[in-house]
Amino acid sequence: MATLIIADCENNQLAPTTGSVISAAQEIGGDIDLFVSGHDTNDIVSNAQSIAGVRKVWVAEGEEYAHPLAESLTPLVVNLAPQYTHILASASTFGKNLLPRIAAVLDMAVVSDVCKIIAPHVYERYCYAGNILATVKNHSAIQVLTIRTTAFSHAEKKAPSSASTESISSDSINEQSRFMGIETHQSDRPDLTIANTVIAGGRGLGSKENFSIIETLAHKLNAAIGASRAAVDAGYAPNDWQVGQTGKVVAPKLYIAIGISGAIQHTAGMKDSQVIVAINKDADAPIFQAADYGLVADLFKVLPQFIELLAAR
Amino acid sequence: MKIMTAIKRVPDYNLRVRPLPDQLQVDLRNVKMSINPFCEIAVEEAVRIKERGIASEVIAVSIGEDACKEQIRVALAIGADRGIFVKTNAEIQPLASAKILYALYRQEQPDLVILGKQSIDGDNNQTGQMLAGLAGLPQGTFASAVTFAEGAVTVTREVDVGLETIKLTLPAVITADLRLNTPRYLTLPNIMRARKKEMTTIALDSLNVDVTPKIELLGVASPTQRQPCTFVNDAVELVDKLTNEARVL
Repeated sequence: MATLIIADCENNQLAPTTGSVISAAQEIGGDIDLFVSGHDTNDIVSNAQSIAGVRKVWVAEGEEYAHPLAESLTPLVVNLAPQYTHILASASTFGKNLLPRIAAVLDMAVVSDVCKIIAPHVYERYCYAGNILATVKNHSAIQVLTIRTTAFSHAEKKAPSSASTESISSDSINEQSRFMGIETHQSDRPDLTIANTVIAGGRGLGSKENFSIIETLAHKLNAAIGASRAAVDAGYAPNDWQVGQTGKVVAPKLYIAIGISGAIQHTAGMKDSQVIVAINKDADAPIFQAADYGLVADLFKVLPQFIELLAAR
Repeated sequence: MKIMTAIKRVPDYNLRVRPLPDQLQVDLRNVKMSINPFCEIAVEEAVRIKERGIASEVIAVSIGEDACKEQIRVALAIGADRGIFVKTNAEIQPLASAKILYALYRQEQPDLVILGKQSIDGDNNQTGQMLAGLAGLPQGTFASAVTFAEGAVTVTREVDVGLETIKLTLPAVITADLRLNTPRYLTLPNIMRARKKEMTTIALDSLNVDVTPKIELLGVASPTQRQPCTFVNDAVELVDKLTNEARVL
């Protein structure tokens, strides 16, 4: 058995969730190779080489790979595919965008959002907004999987740069798609998908300005900031903060939901958190069914006090 | 420009489905079924593109049992011009859906295909990308804005690091994210008008597509339930519980 991991190299760096995909590949067993891509890949490659358990790093370098366009990357991975029994990527927007395209060209099925490896071709995954945990067996010759990274340890073990590298390129030039730009939200907060603590705000915050109280609390707890769909739709928070069925999936040690009603589409993205706290003025809000600790109160009265208590510790 | 959209019939988004007692299938008996919300957004976007004068025809496709015609009628009431119903009682997985849509793509030769980014039952998020791969078309997934100029489409995509903008040549495949638009309310006159619109039924066999499922469902379960919530009275008690009981502060 051999696994090829398509590493998420957005922003010209190896995504912090790569370790989780490697953990999943280790549970499958066999050799593990990494596919990385970018414009200037020196840092990515040396990082990839130093991860324990990686046999080989395939490198696609060039201006055309500066941003991970599915049309550019697919032919490269399709050429490598026959050498592998498994092709994995994180269930990030990167992996979800790319892997189904590759799989279709190979005539293989994809198992999305795998959260447990039962056997090398049997997996568990959630569907129906997290209401159903399904066990599935994939009969495709090459197992193409996206991995729910919160379900696997992301702790990378470092090793001396032992993995070999090999450059790859493609004859086909992508004239179909072009990267035009990206609008990112600069933040000094930890990455949402790997943070130990997440503070998430919902429509109950009432405005974009009021959302700053979430940021103050997040700062105190060195937490990442999340948001419900309602808060993003209302413009209180950027899209990349959205936690839920169709946004990001998080599973921190501590998740604090503030002013979030708790629709199943939201809880699907955070219910595997270790400890969940809900603060909401509506005692009947469904968020309390997902929470370990609940506080029925006006968040604008409680949060300043909460922040003060944390500062006094 | 001609636009093809596809819609899936799924359990209503407000429902909490459960496993059947045998834990082999999901219990969908007497469950209210609706148009998949992402598909509804896809149809709405196609119709808006037509209303802007950029497209001349919008086709709505659905695959499945006879009841799927109800969802095609919804698409026609939103403003799609005609429906194509691919009739089958077989289980259709994403790769099979993509192959069926590819067969229809070759028949209809649309300039643009707009699909929902995922269905809220399978939560797979695959079909659009697979169709693009099979047809060799560029893909604009998770779209929150779509604009046209000079034979190309510019797509703003909701990605994990923010909002990415890409430009695609036409024909192309686009998958709709939640913030692409808010679908209109259906008015009675439009529902009545939809009844008179053309809907073609195609037998799946006639498309010559291999739809054999490659993924076998071995079992389904409800996720493990949490202990009931412990309510605290104020911030002081909350900090105490989180520090001394949960030990997460």
